[in-house]
Amino acid sequence: MLNAKDILETITMIQEEHLDVRTITMGISLLDCCDSNIDTLCRKVYDKITRCAKDLVRTGEAIEKELGIPIVNKRISITPAAMVLAGCENRDAVKLALALERAATTCGVNFLGGFSALVHKGFSAGDRELIEAIPEALSVTDHICASVNVGSTKAGINMDAVALMGRIVRQAAELTADRGCIGPAKLVVLCNAPEDNPFMAGAFHGVGEPDCVINAGVSGPGVVRAALAKAGPDKDLGEIAEIIKKTAFKITRMGQLVAQEASSRLGVPFGIVDLSLAPTPAVGDSVAYILEEIGLAECGGHGTTAALAMLNDAVKKGGVMASSHVGGLSGAFIPVTEDAGMIAAARSGCLRIEKLEAMTSVCSVGLDMINIPGDTPAEVISAIIADEAAIGMVNSKTTAVRVIPAIGKMVGEELNFGGLLGEGPVMPLNTASPAVFINRGGRIPAPMQSLKN
Amino acid sequence: MRAVITVVGKDAVGILAKVSGRCSEHRVNVTEVTQSILQDMFCMIMMVDISACDIPFTALVDEMAALGQANGLVIHCMHEDIFNAMHTI
Repeated sequence: MLNAKDILETITMIQEEHLDVRTITMGISLLDCCDSNIDTLCRKVYDKITRCAKDLVRTGEAIEKELGIPIVNKRISITPAAMVLAGCENRDAVKLALALERAATTCGVNFLGGFSALVHKGFSAGDRELIEAIPEALSVTDHICASVNVGSTKAGINMDAVALMGRIVRQAAELTADRGCIGPAKLVVLCNAPEDNPFMAGAFHGVGEPDCVINAGVSGPGVVRAALAKAGPDKDLGEIAEIIKKTAFKITRMGQLVAQEASSRLGVPFGIVDLSLAPTPAVGDSVAYILEEIGLAECGGHGTTAALAMLNDAVKKGGVMASSHVGGLSGAFIPVTEDAGMIAAARSGCLRIEKLEAMTSVCSVGLDMINIPGDTPAEVISAIIADEAAIGMVNSKTTAVRVIPAIGKMVGEELNFGGLLGEGPVMPLNTASPAVFINRGGRIPAPMQSLKN
Repeated sequence: MRAVITVVGKDAVGILAKVSGRCSEHRVNVTEVTQSILQDMFCMIMMVDISACDIPFTALVDEMAALGQANGLVIHCMHEDIFNAMHTI
């Protein structure tokens, strides 16, 4: 039986603590759209996406209103586009990107992810063409997100792809320099990319997935922070972890409800709930502020990694019982420009890229939404990618790099993307040249951890 | 099917009448009411049965929100599923 206290708690979470469902993402397989003619392919792709997702936004909005919980984003993820493109005679990936953009606009979604290639062991047909087209594709579209998987625990790291992606990230920034370098904010380089991730920019619809599926990603850093603030400074860390677990459970139950509701109304199978704590630039909706509530003077100081490890673990433990199927990234995100507390810590100089790298070894993703100096050489970007991929590969976890070279800007200047992508300062990098290492190419062999059979 | 209507705002004459009047207009049955007045703030929670509601639930949500706005109150009308999901196992 419901009591007044529970009802008011839920309403406070939504009204004052920014509780929301961050995204419902419809995964759509495009494998049946392959064609040797690019124009026919584009038509089939447009038709299938607009057919499957025609009611996605409307259904999301109806659920939002009935349950009274904001569903911030309605998104689509597709089969990695390189696979769809592979059978084409003329692999014009930009043309495909434009068809995807039209489909995304028709459906009214916020983002469409899956302009992707999986090259962790090597390039196959279509992969290179797609990757080379990413900078242009991101500059001529607004809703398309690209991702490239360059490593995995089982396969090792494809260093040729790592070297290539350093250049691609730079080009994506250069081509969109007149629009605040927005290109690379929609491009992520992954290791151990999950196939059912509902969050952008890394979402794509894996080949083992059903034809069409609904995944949901929850949010709620503000709720966790408020719960910790109520607890006060006297609780020990066991008790703090317990509070985080209970809060994560409630947040995830709501995500599960929304996902199931969307799945049954759309007649599409329910895939997973992603248990991530996804921050927004809104004050109070920050992962950094949770860490500060746990007891750090400022995010980025010593102790940050330990506090984040505990937070990440407690979120999973609380969330896992609340959902019938958990997947995606499931952990705390640390995107610098999307998190008010991280923006503040980066501006003050307390949060540095070296600390962020350490944090990525215990949280769900990686170096995310970090502005770097505009004159950063491609090899340095590649080396950042290689470091992150190594952390993911060895620890059997997903890691990623989404850095934005701020063309024409130096350390301390700012980039503002607006909306959920936020804003932030250009952060300093260690620029000792890794050029020889990067240019060696080849493949870093899979680690011992891969030999589990 | 049940929903929860919460009303928060400055206390005034006739709040309960206005909200329950609107419910009855749409054949929404009020099954339970708790209300408290702290200092001069009015806070009411209503459990209502919406099975026989004569308009779509989303329209009722909009109407209640508008009723609140017109009277200087904040009225939320939410399906009970969200509270059950969050607070019961």
